[in-house]
Amino acid sequence: MLTFLAKRIVQLIPTLFFVSVLIFSLQQLLPGDPALIMAGEDRDPAVIEQIRKQYRLDQPIPVQYVFWVKGVLSGDLGESMRNKQKVLDLVLQKLPVTMQLAGMAIVIALLIGVSAGIVSAVYKDTPLDYAANVLALWGLSTPNFWLGIMLIFLFSVQLGWLPPSGYVPLTEDWRQSLATTIMPAFVLGNAIAAVLMRHTRSAMLQALNSDYVRTARAKGLLERTVILKHAMRNALTPVITLGALEFGTLLSGAVLTEQIFTIPGFGKLIIDAVFNRDYAVVQGVVLITATTYITLNLIADLLYVLVNPRLRA
Amino acid sequence: MKAIRLAAAAALVALSCGAASAQSHLRIGLAEDPDVLDPTLARTYVGRIVFASICDKLFDIDEKLSVIPQLGLSHETSEDGKTVTIKLRPGVKFHDGEAFNAEAAKFSLERHLTMQGSFRRPELAVVDTVEVVDPLTIKLNLKSPFSPLIAQLTDRAGMMVSPKAAKEAGDKFGLKPVCAGPYKFVERVQQDRIVVEKFADYWNKANVHIDRITYLPIVDATVRLANLKSGGLDLIERLAATDMAAVKSDNRLKLFATPDLSYMGITINVANGEKAKNPLGQHAKVRQALELSLDREAINQVVFNGEFVPGNQWVSPQNTYYQQSLPMPKRDVTKAKALIKEAGVATPITIDFMVPQGAELKATSEVIQAMAAEAGFDMRIRVTEFATSLKMGEQGEYQAYLINWSGRTDPDGNAFIFHKTKAPQNNSGISNPEVDKALDEARLTSDPAKRKAIYERAAKIVNTEIPILYLYHRKVLIAQTTRVDGFVPVPDGLVRVVGLRIK
Repeated sequence: MLTFLAKRIVQLIPTLFFVSVLIFSLQQLLPGDPALIMAGEDRDPAVIEQIRKQYRLDQPIPVQYVFWVKGVLSGDLGESMRNKQKVLDLVLQKLPVTMQLAGMAIVIALLIGVSAGIVSAVYKDTPLDYAANVLALWGLSTPNFWLGIMLIFLFSVQLGWLPPSGYVPLTEDWRQSLATTIMPAFVLGNAIAAVLMRHTRSAMLQALNSDYVRTARAKGLLERTVILKHAMRNALTPVITLGALEFGTLLSGAVLTEQIFTIPGFGKLIIDAVFNRDYAVVQGVVLITATTYITLNLIADLLYVLVNPRLRA
Repeated sequence: MKAIRLAAAAALVALSCGAASAQSHLRIGLAEDPDVLDPTLARTYVGRIVFASICDKLFDIDEKLSVIPQLGLSHETSEDGKTVTIKLRPGVKFHDGEAFNAEAAKFSLERHLTMQGSFRRPELAVVDTVEVVDPLTIKLNLKSPFSPLIAQLTDRAGMMVSPKAAKEAGDKFGLKPVCAGPYKFVERVQQDRIVVEKFADYWNKANVHIDRITYLPIVDATVRLANLKSGGLDLIERLAATDMAAVKSDNRLKLFATPDLSYMGITINVANGEKAKNPLGQHAKVRQALELSLDREAINQVVFNGEFVPGNQWVSPQNTYYQQSLPMPKRDVTKAKALIKEAGVATPITIDFMVPQGAELKATSEVIQAMAAEAGFDMRIRVTEFATSLKMGEQGEYQAYLINWSGRTDPDGNAFIFHKTKAPQNNSGISNPEVDKALDEARLTSDPAKRKAIYERAAKIVNTEIPILYLYHRKVLIAQTTRVDGFVPVPDGLVRVVGLRIK
């Protein structure tokens, strides 16, 4: 187990190096000039020149890269050109928000997806199965921005039950916090639930038709025990990986959903930074989310090994 | 089923009920997240809305664009126009308790002039030195006469910062600004909120009625309006023109639509690099034909339900500097075709038409495309991301470019940098000695009537040469709930919070 872990961690280093080069060089391909954006509407040439100097935009790209990596290695992700705030502070400010939103979304997705998947597998080819399938198709095909705006109109404008946007931290007022995040979390969870449902269903169907389930049934076990203890445990392995990957994607920020509900998370941070050509912020956030994604992948693999001991060899 | 619904409703209502507070609280929805809150380093329009509550300026403007006193009581320009003496308001304190006086004013102006990364330097470039005459009087010595100076002091260049706080914080001052406005800075969560609270020692505290203001950036205009409708916000700026009807029909909401200082125009590449070499860029007659092919009033009707103000100059027809001698031409396709023929150009004239992303610009460009086609123009719309379009505009990578200018109080700010030879935003590449001369002269004259006459000379040439084809002027669109009382719209679109009440 430890060798497995060590091997995977060593593999992380070249991956991260490659990611850092990719982030840096891809960003340089963005059209538009950060100094021009920074200089505001007036765009005075002297001001533009000064910005170039201040942020080393006048230096060759490899030199800029070396400066950036040096900073990153010493824990300094740089400073936002737009707000003068440290990128690390910005990330730490957004992290709990995105974690909360992603956490809630994945819980909603698992609750809906896994249970609907099991039900539709157990009641295969019955109206219940069809209903679950329709639900999944709906979840997959509904665009986030549309669902978000519809929910705002229904629950905030028409019924007045929930605040339409904004965010209140959990530590400040947990009820308000849940009220502000429930709609975006549902929007995000809804799409993932559909994916999870499809996977759970097919894995469950396979498990239900396997020999050990037949044996369990032959032993005279209760159907509930057969499904929940024997079939589900085996069927859920791939679903765990998928769930972890989806969680990773959520952590990298749900750009559209955060924009619509004005949730100040990673997605909003990164989209604003891209439009303002705030390079330091884009680089910092992408690097951190990439690292998180890779780490989550690693954790999923470890969980996999824990659930299925045959993989340990 | 009914029980479930009721339970769900109860749960949601329970969630949404926060603790009620006795303090009066105003929530303002902004269209973007402001940049750094340091008057010297700030550059966004939206930031100015927040500054309106925390940083007072030497002077302000009123609804008629007249300069009115704020921290400065009066100003006097010497005969030769090279010194400006400003009397300051007595008894003013900064948020940290420090006194505002001539020394503080000198410090603030010098900070604008010398700080690294200052965006105010170009605005105050004409100021040579600042002198303290007595504790409540300063004198600005200018390098040359510059009549738009006082107008500059009604914006960020006139904002006063606490010298003590500014010295301590250095370039991090914007993270916790300390000024002399009616509200003091409390906290900011990037992209989420900016909170300010009433400043007890404000010089005009009798007219400050609200305890706390929270600014919430909500980028999507539909969501911003939804927040206003559901009571999550009390006032929103930059309502989408397409939502005006929805606000008017809601009796819980109130709409303010005031002509602003901006203009929307098509910048035409006449001499900015290789791409200027095309019939539109080379022949003034072809540009005049393009103008005649357009019906500005129809654009306004089709895209904006007739709510905006069509115009053919860098200021709107309501502005005192609008030249009545140069009226807006009516659409005349026959004449347009004749002009193209006179220029000896074959139709269709294909034009690379760069249009920044956005629903309003896209709709406008499509109407223009349809109208111009009738006169023989093939306007090829190229929708381009905003930041990219700025760069391409500067480099002359376009033939026609639909772009908005937010506008300045003084007409100089709408004309000089666009039409003077080699000026920073002269993207069309126009260079005309007569225009240059008039634009320079207007800067040396303070008498409005004389200035208007000087500008007329420049406007005449610009309207014939057409480096920018002016189309319309937007309106400041602000919507509020009927709970808010006392709002006065000003053409600059800023929300002045002194005098506001919450019912």
